[in-house]
Amino acid sequence: MMNEDPTALVPELALLTAAVLGLLLGSWLPRRRQGWVRALAVAACVIGLIATAVAATRPDEMVFGGSYAVDATTHATRAIVLVATLLLLGLSTDTVAGHRRETEYTVLVLLGALGSVLLAGAADLLLLFSAFLLASIPLYALAAWDKADLATEAAMKYYLSGAFAGVTMITGVTVLYGATGATGYAAMREGLSTGPAAAAAVGLVAVLAGLAFKAGAVPAHFWVPDVTDGTPPAVAAVLTTIPKIGALVGAYRLLTTAIPDTVVDWPPLLAVLAAASMTLGNLAAFAQTSLLRLLAYSTISQVGYLLMAIAVASRTPAALPALLFYLAAYAITNIGAFAVVAALPGRTIDAHRGLARRHPMLAVALVICLLGLVGTPPTAVFLGKLTVFAAAIDGGMAWLVVVAIINTAASLFYYLRWIAPVFAATDPEQHEPVVASLWARLTAVTAAAASLVLGVGGGLVFGFLGGTPG
Amino acid sequence: MLSLIVFAPAVVALVLAFLPATTPARVFVGAWIATGLVQLALVVAVWTAMPAVGYGFVERRAWIPSAGISYHLGVDGLSLPLLALTVVVFTATAVFAWRETRRPKAYVTLFLALQAVCCGLFVALDLILFFLFFDLSIVFMYFVIAGWGAGARARAAALKFFLYTFLGSLALLLGFILLFLAAEPHTFDIPTLVAANPLAAGGPYAGLTLLAIGVGLAIKTPTVPFHTWLPPAHTEAPATGSAVLAGVLLKMGTYGFVRIAMPILPASWRQFALAVVIVGVVSVIWGALVALAQTDLKRMIAYTSVNHMGYVLLGVGAAGLVAGSDEQARQLATTGAVTQMVSHGLITGALFLLAGSLHERGHTYQLAAYGGLAARTPRFAGLFAVAAFASLGLPGFSGFIAEFQIFTGALGAAPIPTALAVTGILLTAGLFLLAMQKLLLGPVRIPDAPGSPRPFGDLHPSETIPIAALLALATVIGLAPRFLLDLIEPASRALNELVTR
Repeated sequence: MMNEDPTALVPELALLTAAVLGLLLGSWLPRRRQGWVRALAVAACVIGLIATAVAATRPDEMVFGGSYAVDATTHATRAIVLVATLLLLGLSTDTVAGHRRETEYTVLVLLGALGSVLLAGAADLLLLFSAFLLASIPLYALAAWDKADLATEAAMKYYLSGAFAGVTMITGVTVLYGATGATGYAAMREGLSTGPAAAAAVGLVAVLAGLAFKAGAVPAHFWVPDVTDGTPPAVAAVLTTIPKIGALVGAYRLLTTAIPDTVVDWPPLLAVLAAASMTLGNLAAFAQTSLLRLLAYSTISQVGYLLMAIAVASRTPAALPALLFYLAAYAITNIGAFAVVAALPGRTIDAHRGLARRHPMLAVALVICLLGLVGTPPTAVFLGKLTVFAAAIDGGMAWLVVVAIINTAASLFYYLRWIAPVFAATDPEQHEPVVASLWARLTAVTAAAASLVLGVGGGLVFGFLGGTPG
Repeated sequence: MLSLIVFAPAVVALVLAFLPATTPARVFVGAWIATGLVQLALVVAVWTAMPAVGYGFVERRAWIPSAGISYHLGVDGLSLPLLALTVVVFTATAVFAWRETRRPKAYVTLFLALQAVCCGLFVALDLILFFLFFDLSIVFMYFVIAGWGAGARARAAALKFFLYTFLGSLALLLGFILLFLAAEPHTFDIPTLVAANPLAAGGPYAGLTLLAIGVGLAIKTPTVPFHTWLPPAHTEAPATGSAVLAGVLLKMGTYGFVRIAMPILPASWRQFALAVVIVGVVSVIWGALVALAQTDLKRMIAYTSVNHMGYVLLGVGAAGLVAGSDEQARQLATTGAVTQMVSHGLITGALFLLAGSLHERGHTYQLAAYGGLAARTPRFAGLFAVAAFASLGLPGFSGFIAEFQIFTGALGAAPIPTALAVTGILLTAGLFLLAMQKLLLGPVRIPDAPGSPRPFGDLHPSETIPIAALLALATVIGLAPRFLLDLIEPASRALNELVTR
């Protein structure tokens, strides 16, 4: 079966074309007109979304020699990544407009988004690794985009840990290839029925290490706080959102289609990683006073909840819709929280003191996003958590749900440390009226509203995801 | 109809949110009072048109069908009294807030939102809908305490309240998910779960489910040993917040027992009913004893709430002790428990509003700072005396009707715990009499500001009217309870049939 129909890849090609054209366009346009590149990127995302919607009506298929899956999972990932990219383009408008590297920012985001989609769709280890590189290298550059001291240091850390993760991952790919005699997922599954399981386990752990790096999960999470804190919020929001989506869906696809858990018993490993991510992320977030570091650790703990769905992926059909819905909810809510930070000049909790008086809409958006990250109904993350918890119990991991519940309650503490001063009174003399950036503010309000809409209208989305959670 | 009752305050809140903050405070509070009165009229209409058995005014729409979640509302004899209580307490609170001047726009919109979610909780017939309202009530109450309480201590108390009750709500969610997975097909719908009775066999899974739900509800109720969030939250909240917290939010916990825990998990409920009875009795005694030791009026009232909620647990627990009691006794205990919820809401709401009036004049809740108020402020003294007598269970008030039924119903099944619980009445009588003696009798003593003595006026009409209305209702229920009991009794009979099946 050699299906090489490029029309199956319209969303991916749209991103790629926009990135290449954008780079060329940006080289010729004067600096104040570089907004056209962003318009091009927006157009590419919209085209990609339309193409995804059209493609979703067609039956599932494997394209390009069975190396790339075009199915409901890929469609959902495309939609999540493209919507997230649109929100990120909105969020970053104030930061990058008129900046001397405006085009570079847009192009790098597009390439990163493309890498994330490919990670999710890959059904072959080599494609998975290429997608890993595509989702990594543009984002290393993006981390250094600001060229400030901290950003350079952040990019260096990100690059070094990424390079290490990449080497580990390619080693894992090699070992898995040796153990199974194939790189395509379907063939690997057959190969594993006779091949050495111990070697396959080693290879799998190494590949997962690379994906854990992209997702920012324990134990490959050390870059997250430094990179998030060292880069502008517009960049940090990209780095903590886009690669996670592809990495987690990619891990799900690899584990469920290539590695039967009867051969390599991976669910306990994933469960331990999930518990460690949510716990360590939360514990570290407690003491933070920098908003970006706090959000960074919050994203680590969120990955923990997402990994719960992957841990029970082979045991219950409810895991997939739960994972995808939670990813969508997380992406929107996380971008909303970063947008609030981007909208204001302050980067510490104290700087947001009294925000409710100065910018009531922004304060409400912040509360919705932060309580959304906790998982308060009726926000989208609540539905995500509900379905993930239900899937985890259904998959026989009730202990993990108890850990997650304790962590959720604990996480409320540090989110409230941020929310409480927002509604506190300020000394009017000390604080100048702060001007909030228009586009970031709009993005924050849009994301908060979307989080509520997705939470209330979740029924429609689950209908699209096709599965029954629980 | 029910949707209208639930969402009317939310819509009004949304409209008010678009008015400029400089609009006079009376516009906001006036809109709030009007909303409450409209809701009250609607609830009366619902009450008069209730069917004799089963759920009335059912509304059901698909919401998230693939996850077994639907938008399902309905009222029966267990929920309608509490819905009515919610509307009454909120309307009284709105009138009491007439003179509020601190950020009236945010204040009123927040309370209206809280009003909507409280009404929604009592009519929800879907576990996730129930959970949604349960959680949102915590969020809005947090902002009320943190925003209108007194300073840094209020923020700490609000944080404790949020963390503690949020942990409880997550335990509840765990229990709901366990129920969801136990039912085939999976569903969160309460009537469907009741009919299916998926955990009829009992066993460890059912026991754990009941434990998760029970802990979640016990934290909200609150019972000993999960009550420690309550006193600081009450002490630091504004008077209106305390009245709503005690009058309405605490009922969410006990209502959860009769709506969810008892009918859906009958086997486990019967198995662990004695534990519920014991927790109830410990709450009764402990709450009363600790209340006796308080020197702070508001803390004292807060601990009597623990005491009064203990009676409710005694009642619902006794309903599960099938072996040692006849059907009529169990029904009496359940009816008494529901009546106690209504009664406590009215009386404690009034007591907290009175405490707020006192604080506004004297700026302290310390009992020792006041004395002889009967001579200085006769209206306050009269209402406080009535509320105190009603709260200690004097015949003629609703508390007596409720507690008498609970004791009569529980005595046969659990004689020793019931006898112990009756001593709780003695303790509360003692502590209220002591408080009255300190506050109302003796030489006039009011806290002074440094310098000139502060004017210490009697209650304003905007304070007298809501407090008197709450107490009048408690008296009406105490003297002519049939209109209420006729509604509750069929529902509690149905509930007992579900528990014993």
